Amino acid sequence: MNIRNVSLILNRELKSYFSSLTVYIVIIMFLLMTGYFFYNLTATFSIVSYQAQSDPMLAKQYQLLNINETVIRPLFGTIGMILLMMTPLLTMRLLAEEKKTGTIELLLTFPINDVDVVLGKYLACLVVVLTMILLTVTYPILLVVLGEPEVVPIGTGYLGLVLLGASAISLGLFTSSLTENQIVSASISFAMLFFFWLISYSAPLVSAGLGRFLSYLSINEHIESMSKGVVDSTDIIYYLCFIVLFLFLTLRSLETKRWR
Amino acid sequence: MIEVENLTKEYGEFRAVDNISFTVEKGEILGFLGPNGAGKTTVMRILTCFFPPTKGKVMVAGYNCFEDSLNVRKRIGYLPQRVPLYEDMKVNDYLRFVAAIKGTPAKEVNRKAAKVMDDCGLSDVSNKLISTISGGYRQRVGIAQALVNDPEVLILDEPTVGLDPKQIKEIRNLIKELAGKHTVILSTHILPEVSILCGRVIIINKGKVVAEDRPENLATESAKRMLLRINGNAQTIEQELSRVGGIEGVEREQASGDGNGFIVVLEDEKQGRQGIQAMIERNKFELVEMRLLEISLEDIFIKLVTKEEV
Repeated sequence: MNIRNVSLILNRELKSYFSSLTVYIVIIMFLLMTGYFFYNLTATFSIVSYQAQSDPMLAKQYQLLNINETVIRPLFGTIGMILLMMTPLLTMRLLAEEKKTGTIELLLTFPINDVDVVLGKYLACLVVVLTMILLTVTYPILLVVLGEPEVVPIGTGYLGLVLLGASAISLGLFTSSLTENQIVSASISFAMLFFFWLISYSAPLVSAGLGRFLSYLSINEHIESMSKGVVDSTDIIYYLCFIVLFLFLTLRSLETKRWR
Repeated sequence: MIEVENLTKEYGEFRAVDNISFTVEKGEILGFLGPNGAGKTTVMRILTCFFPPTKGKVMVAGYNCFEDSLNVRKRIGYLPQRVPLYEDMKVNDYLRFVAAIKGTPAKEVNRKAAKVMDDCGLSDVSNKLISTISGGYRQRVGIAQALVNDPEVLILDEPTVGLDPKQIKEIRNLIKELAGKHTVILSTHILPEVSILCGRVIIINKGKVVAEDRPENLATESAKRMLLRINGNAQTIEQELSRVGGIEGVEREQASGDGNGFIVVLEDEKQGRQGIQAMIERNKFELVEMRLLEISLEDIFIKLVTKEEV
């Protein structure tokens, strides 16, 4: 690995991202969707709070009146899901486009290691996704200004979102290395991400041990506990393994291209 | 500078390159000639370490392409066939990027990019997006990126394809200037290009080398043909001609102007010429024209490439 080469690739990819319209559209759609759900959650919360003043029975349902439980936790779940829907649109071009246009032939004959190429492209997309996540910070800031939520779950929730996004990029980069067709790449990404999202649904159908394993494989189970303020090392390890695994597969995929 | 030994490349069952060996000396311009699908691009991709060979040894600038790929890649400049460039970059940004990624120290990146833009006549378009410049300029940007780190070996895959005649001339002049300083391999299926640019030519067909020589030697090796125009009875002349020694065959040729036209294929040039002269004097024909036909590379090429199929 060569830091200078990684940063050269990273810079080029970033310029390329921000000189195309796609990134801006993806960011705007992301903010519109997350903003809409944030509005829904807070609106529901304020109506319930208002009604609770005159209805003691409702007020007893303590859960409903905890802003962390009714707004922040579902908000992270929603942002996470929208993030998973958006990242394939950002990762699909990373390698597929280079293959389609043939620029990969020059890229892979430059005197740089394949690792530098993969890392540079990965980090460039990560910067874009971090920007998207950062822009949603306005929502919890509003909550902190207007209400009194616990701050720690917000911080750990964001840690979870970043890890979730970083994992989705790694998988997307891998699918982009498989094909020269961006749509195919995005489709495979969507399918795989939703597989990892929904795999825990089959947990109740199988034995307890296997069920726990399937839940552990699920990409959203891990963000769940983090949005409650709990940072478990197994969750962090899960995401890191996910990222490293797919970066490694991307590298292998590039190498087999050389062999064919 | 370049040594290729028993190179074979298979794509599954298909053998794209079949046991090719050749060497290129320092400062030489080698032409790689062959019809489409002959395996030219495959050889170039192996030389540039884009993929490894199935069998055989390839050494570039003293390093093995397979085992020491990074060292080879540091010493080559490569222009792939369709000139794939990053369309969303400006010419000067692109060349700076390539210079840096090829290991130019940060301080010198700007200077090197400026120099290569100057050498390739790109100064006018340095601030334009690559997607907006013309085909000729694109090709030059492609050559510029290959040249930017002053490589020992240049590998150009069909550098003049798709250009207009003026641009072709400019690119050829550019390549000619590179001889001596750089070792150049260029592939093409345009024959005159080879005689203009290359000191040596390798003709390949279906993955095999069918000829290797200097362009002018290739021309002399083949049988010579002579055009004759003679006044007189066409049939008699044809009969008489076919009896002359040192001649392989006679063909009628539609002649413009005076006399009947014939194309004579000479087996032995001197004997044939003298025999024809004697024959004309004997029969009192009138000789209008007699000249050796220059054999174009096209003829040799077609002959070599179609030989196996006949």
